[in-house]
Amino acid sequence: MPVFEEILSRIQSDLSDSLLKSELYRGETTLYIKKQDIVSVCKKLKSDFGFNFLADVLGTDRFTDDDRFEVIYHLRNLTEAWFLRLVVLVDEKDLAVDTVSSVWKTANWEEREVFDMYGIKFNHHPDLRRMYMPQDFEYYPLRKEFPLIGIEGSIPLPAKE
Amino acid sequence: MGIESAFGDGYVTTTVDALANWARKNSVWPMPMGLSCCGIELMAMAGPRFDVSRFGSEVFRFSPRQADLLLVAGTCTYKMSKVVRKIWDQMPDPKWCIAMGACASTGGMFRSYPVAQGIDEFLPVDVYVPGCPPRPDAVIHALMQIQEKINHHSVMMDK
Repeated sequence: MPVFEEILSRIQSDLSDSLLKSELYRGETTLYIKKQDIVSVCKKLKSDFGFNFLADVLGTDRFTDDDRFEVIYHLRNLTEAWFLRLVVLVDEKDLAVDTVSSVWKTANWEEREVFDMYGIKFNHHPDLRRMYMPQDFEYYPLRKEFPLIGIEGSIPLPAKE
Repeated sequence: MGIESAFGDGYVTTTVDALANWARKNSVWPMPMGLSCCGIELMAMAGPRFDVSRFGSEVFRFSPRQADLLLVAGTCTYKMSKVVRKIWDQMPDPKWCIAMGACASTGGMFRSYPVAQGIDEFLPVDVYVPGCPPRPDAVIHALMQIQEKINHHSVMMDK
């Protein structure tokens, strides 16, 4: 069984054109990927390195002036028990990332959740609707400027009598 | 050897209200609306240890059309509020409502955008039960409060 460290250096050299930087923290590797290359990188990781399971896709709002949002992908190789984290930085002026649902079907719903909570659009997504909030909801609840208690009257309650 | 041997051929006098209220308060059939962890305590209340059948409420009805009491146990989100209200509207009169636990009463610790801050925003609640979750005996106490309330109803006059 190949050691993950060897594989990681192979991944890093293979993807060097798309790689912004890589981090190691508490035994977990994070690769920052250029936004336009995310689909090709994911395809390569799945076919060449056996990352056959997309465990999670999530967003974060860093509330910074540039590259405000991040889209994070947790990948797993189930046969070798490897874990890899990919990060794509998304600027507020261009809130769109290409969908990876063509690589892993599970990305369909997980990207919908990121869209619902942060308003990040996913290009070529087959079914980009809101996941939890009502379809006509106007806000994105996990953005930092959204008040914790919500906006009064934005979700109607049934009438009392 | 039933009650008829004590009465013989005699009769008893009572009022319609007293008879109807006596029957109603000892057969309050709950519609369990277990929305989260309070639902577990609700089940314990129906189980043999706390045994709500001592109060005539062991018949949990999963159809609102056969229920008298809506027992909302747990966190009610905005999304669920429409469902809860629909179930309440399907219940025949007379009907009562218990808000069980901190979440159903006030939103509880979920002071956040998806959770309705108390089911009394869209339901007429009769009894609130504090606790997170309340003990089953606290819910039985709430049921006894409902029974007390039924006792003061009048069948002839509208509620």
